[in-house]
Amino acid sequence: MNVELYERIWMWAAAALLAVFLGVIFLMAGLHAVQPPSHIETVDPTALSSHPEFGNPTVTSRRDGSVVVSVVAQMFSFNPDPIEVPANRPVTFRITSADILHGFQVVGTNANAMAVPGYVSQFTVTFREPGQYVITCNEYCGLLHHNMVGKLIVTKGAP
Amino acid sequence: MTGRHTLAASHVGVAVAAFGVASAMGAMLALSVADIQFPHRSESLYYIALTAHGVLMALVFTTFFIMGLGYALAQESLGRITGRGAAWFAFWLGVAGSVAAAVTILRGQSTVLYTFYPPLQAHPLFYIGATLLVVASWIWGGVMLASYRSWRRENPGVPVPLSIHGMLAAVILWYLATAGLAVEVVGMLIPWSLGLVGKVDPLLARIFFWWFGHPLVYFWLIPAYVLWYTVLPRVAGGKLFSDRLARMVFILLLLLSTPVGFHHQFADPGISAGWKLAHTVTTYAVLFPSFVTAFTVIASLEVAGRMKGAKGLFNWIGRLPWGDPFFASVALAMIAFVFGGFGGAINAAYAMNAMVHNTAWIQGHFHVTLGTTVALTFTGATYWLLPRLLGRELRFRGLARLQPYLWFLGMAFFSTSYHIAGFRGLPRRVFSASLNGEATTPWRTLTLVGAVGGVILFLSALSFLAVVLATWLSGQRIAAPAFEFAVPLRPATSLGLWDRFGLWTVLAVLLVAAAYAYPVFSLLAHPRYGSPGFRPF
Repeated sequence: MNVELYERIWMWAAAALLAVFLGVIFLMAGLHAVQPPSHIETVDPTALSSHPEFGNPTVTSRRDGSVVVSVVAQMFSFNPDPIEVPANRPVTFRITSADILHGFQVVGTNANAMAVPGYVSQFTVTFREPGQYVITCNEYCGLLHHNMVGKLIVTKGAP
Repeated sequence: MTGRHTLAASHVGVAVAAFGVASAMGAMLALSVADIQFPHRSESLYYIALTAHGVLMALVFTTFFIMGLGYALAQESLGRITGRGAAWFAFWLGVAGSVAAAVTILRGQSTVLYTFYPPLQAHPLFYIGATLLVVASWIWGGVMLASYRSWRRENPGVPVPLSIHGMLAAVILWYLATAGLAVEVVGMLIPWSLGLVGKVDPLLARIFFWWFGHPLVYFWLIPAYVLWYTVLPRVAGGKLFSDRLARMVFILLLLLSTPVGFHHQFADPGISAGWKLAHTVTTYAVLFPSFVTAFTVIASLEVAGRMKGAKGLFNWIGRLPWGDPFFASVALAMIAFVFGGFGGAINAAYAMNAMVHNTAWIQGHFHVTLGTTVALTFTGATYWLLPRLLGRELRFRGLARLQPYLWFLGMAFFSTSYHIAGFRGLPRRVFSASLNGEATTPWRTLTLVGAVGGVILFLSALSFLAVVLATWLSGQRIAAPAFEFAVPLRPATSLGLWDRFGLWTVLAVLLVAAAYAYPVFSLLAHPRYGSPGFRPF
């Protein structure tokens, strides 16, 4: 194919730019485990109330100092609410939904995942700044979707 | 009405009507989010209007416009529409389906937004109506393919006109994309909404939805590119810089725009990190043809400027016909796409996606892409098409000249403020940005700016409707101007690699299979429970 010189240069430059973008994502994924939440675990959404973990979702501390937060999203609230976790410790959220799709986003952080009925979304974050955070539902879930707001309290915790 | 172009004109007419209704709703939505009171404002009205706005803009306006454009191009570039009867049947089927879906939306029975994620459950007629619209578009695709084959028999060995090359890529892409939608809607949602099955798996439905959802974007974009490549340089008074590369672009879009759906599902459970990464690779790859398009189209415009006597490095820009409504619309659409394209690259980066997923940022993003790049190209092309389809002179030319600039200005306000608000955490699709009153709204001022943008956009839409309506009803009758397409600097005279549609179709199917087979089957192998329907509206 006969391609003009300038166009050839442009195409190589564009390809190089895209390769750099992808390279950065691969590097961060490989070296720093920057990955999206991609846990595969199923749970019966119609029987959550008798589920050992999601029947009474709560915050539990493990021996190594890490924290697990089980959350059930439902029309139009999060359970538990408020959620209290320590700063500077790895916090693993395990989120599911009791009815329809919801979102779970801690505003101002990169804690952001879908709550899908029948599945458990799991991801781990560490909050550096103690304080109060707003949790929003960012997936439309009915007429009171905008009212579905929770609270996250990050405490100073033990050093 | 029995002209050669009545079929195309009817489709454009439905598209414009859908655009008009959806624009009015858009303005109302922007006001509501900003907490500006207006009569009858309510949660129910907001989410109904949001559903209607999305369905009418993203599905009805675009699909009907593209079908109409396809018929006009087939008539002009191939000299035929093979299967006119089927095409008219499809037209009425599409209208009936759209009306049925719209009625259930306006009656408040299908407030599920245009993404209709189960287990939100709409009225069965919502799904059936949407299916009829898609079936209509399948028939349209069949007519386009039949017209091409008939032309090919008479013209062996020569490349098909570039405009048709692009539309064929769009047709094949559309069949590939809507296969996923058919599995979701016909295989899962219709039987479930009718009560024939009790439960559906929401995640599986989402996977099939996004199998369709991303190529949908390119189903809009390819016809826009067709206009950029084949009409814009001509209107600007220049030549097409490269015919071959344009053909390559259409084929690459056909290949790469479907196996990317997981980039809409980074935040979903149930899909492994490895497969999300695989779809990220194709997501960046599909940006490449758009980079090539940017070069070719802008180079073609430079040719136009220089043919008009421009000398320096940049003064060819000033020689372009910025007062022509079609040229201004498309040029502004292209400027918007610079932001839309790079915005897309940002969204696909994991670290950024975690910040902006499902926030108002995403609304900001697709209002520069669909809402400006595609919408302005289509409204601008309507100004170009109407005299040619109807044999009437464009009326209110001054208004038509102003309208694209007004749209661009309104969108600059709306999209910029929503990008920033979303980055600060404003969730998308909310009746009120103050949420339940607890959020101390770091985004209050931004949503007000967005509302100002919404009002400007509405004024622009009204201008567009006034021009179209006045032209249609009372434009001075003229001999219809010819459809003139841009001549390439180096025309393609023999068939080449990029003309081998059979080969590329097979490859496109294989790529989709490679991208989806394993993750879908491994999901099916898990114990899954499914969900009954909910109607919280």
